Amino acid sequence: MSATLLRRTVMVLGLPIALIIIWWFTSANSTDFYQPPLSRILEVFPETWLNDRLLRDVPASLGRLAVGYTLALIVGVAVGVVVGSSRFLRRLLEPVLEFLRAIPPPVLVPVFILVAGIDNAMKVLVIISGCVWPVLLNTVEGVRGADEVLGDTCRSYRIGGVLRLRSFVLRAASPQIITGARQALSIGIILMVISEMKAASQGIGFIIIEFQRGFQIPEMWSGVLVLGLIGVLLSLLFRAVERRVLVWYYGVRAAERGTR
Amino acid sequence: MTQAAPTTPGRAGASSVLLGVVGLAGFAALLEVLPRAGVVPAEYLPPTSTIGRALVAQTERPAFWTAFLDTLQTWLTGLVIAVVAGVVIGVVIGAVPVLREATASTIEFLRPIPSVALIPLAVVLLGTGMEATLVLVVYASFWQVLVQVLYGVADVDPIARETANSYRLGRWERVRYLLWPTTLPYAMTGVRLAASVALILTITGELTIGTPGLGKEIEVAYSSNAIAAMYSLVVVTGLLGVVANVVTRGAERRVLAWHPSVRKEIPA
Repeated sequence: MSATLLRRTVMVLGLPIALIIIWWFTSANSTDFYQPPLSRILEVFPETWLNDRLLRDVPASLGRLAVGYTLALIVGVAVGVVVGSSRFLRRLLEPVLEFLRAIPPPVLVPVFILVAGIDNAMKVLVIISGCVWPVLLNTVEGVRGADEVLGDTCRSYRIGGVLRLRSFVLRAASPQIITGARQALSIGIILMVISEMKAASQGIGFIIIEFQRGFQIPEMWSGVLVLGLIGVLLSLLFRAVERRVLVWYYGVRAAERGTR
Repeated sequence: MTQAAPTTPGRAGASSVLLGVVGLAGFAALLEVLPRAGVVPAEYLPPTSTIGRALVAQTERPAFWTAFLDTLQTWLTGLVIAVVAGVVIGVVIGAVPVLREATASTIEFLRPIPSVALIPLAVVLLGTGMEATLVLVVYASFWQVLVQVLYGVADVDPIARETANSYRLGRWERVRYLLWPTTLPYAMTGVRLAASVALILTITGELTIGTPGLGKEIEVAYSSNAIAAMYSLVVVTGLLGVVANVVTRGAERRVLAWHPSVRKEIPA
């Protein structure tokens, strides 16, 4: 028992610890200005981040991401359900949506600076405009692919309106919606950082680019670490939500595999 | 689970193409009318016809084609590196249980690190050339491929595995007849996702780092207030993205024509 636990612990922590140790020692005597020792990066970490940056800039960035991402989810799912439910709309709008989705979202940063200035509204708009497409198109696919028998059953029982939407349409599309939401999240993080690098007076992206321009290299590395940590934490959060939302789906899949 | 819609070309196909064209035309017309009617300011969103003229003007500039080819080169180079590395490393890690177990936590940790976090590092270490952008592109798209390949390798049917055992297939035969057919659909999904992610990061690098390419052209057009030119370049990047999607989906369909049952299971 304890042997297997020990083995698991070694497996989970072994490689990361080994990599950190390797980084620590290979960089220990580094005199390269651009690749400071890890010890130096960790040394500047507290003074760089554990102050009002953590209380002001990080929440400012994450707040914009949260607002933009949430709005993109709402718009994407709402429009996706409408388009996905109608064969006509699907065929009419598919090429347009495919085109809009294919535009790499970062090119919209200058466009939105032009339209909305450089304040919060621009950054939220950029995040929405990048995040909405994966959600929308995956929702369309999910709604389109919903089980026809279940759809007919709903019709026979005259289940309509909100009940149908909640317990059939959205439920059936939810694995696809989650897939879209996951893609949207990583695009959202990219856009959060870029919009701040391009035009901002605060936020994580702004701080990191300031460090780079000021050649404060250890501070810059620490900023990269912070950004990495934020990415990891958001993905853990997303996974926790996904597990809750899709618990029924994993059950169905497991059952299907079992009988196969 | 889901009833895939029949995609047979024919009457239904023709009418849906027609509707799609109508949709595109309507979209273009809307963007023509809105600025002209003054609903949105024309200096920020020029009408479609103006953007179209700017697009034609672009194609007559040699600098545009240089930028276009630069973008294409960075994008495809990054994609090829990411796909080869992702498939090779994915198959090796996936096929050896100990490796898989030992690397799982590291992969889970490294994967969500946003590639844009590497922008300052790439700039100070590699400058503003193609290499700096290539780092972002490869980092971002590598994980897409790797993770899909790992899923694929893990998905080998237990019965097929036992059959391979019974027939005493050798190492290479196993890779060829057992791993590869199961992994291929997943790998193709990975390639499709990686292609669009690689394009996004190519443009991002050009836009923020200043690597030569369409992204940089957009930045230049924006800062010199050539608004219609900027929009025309945005359209070009969108078209590139569409081509990427069409090509990778076509390739997916061709490569996996023999494996329809597995195709349905691929999460989009």
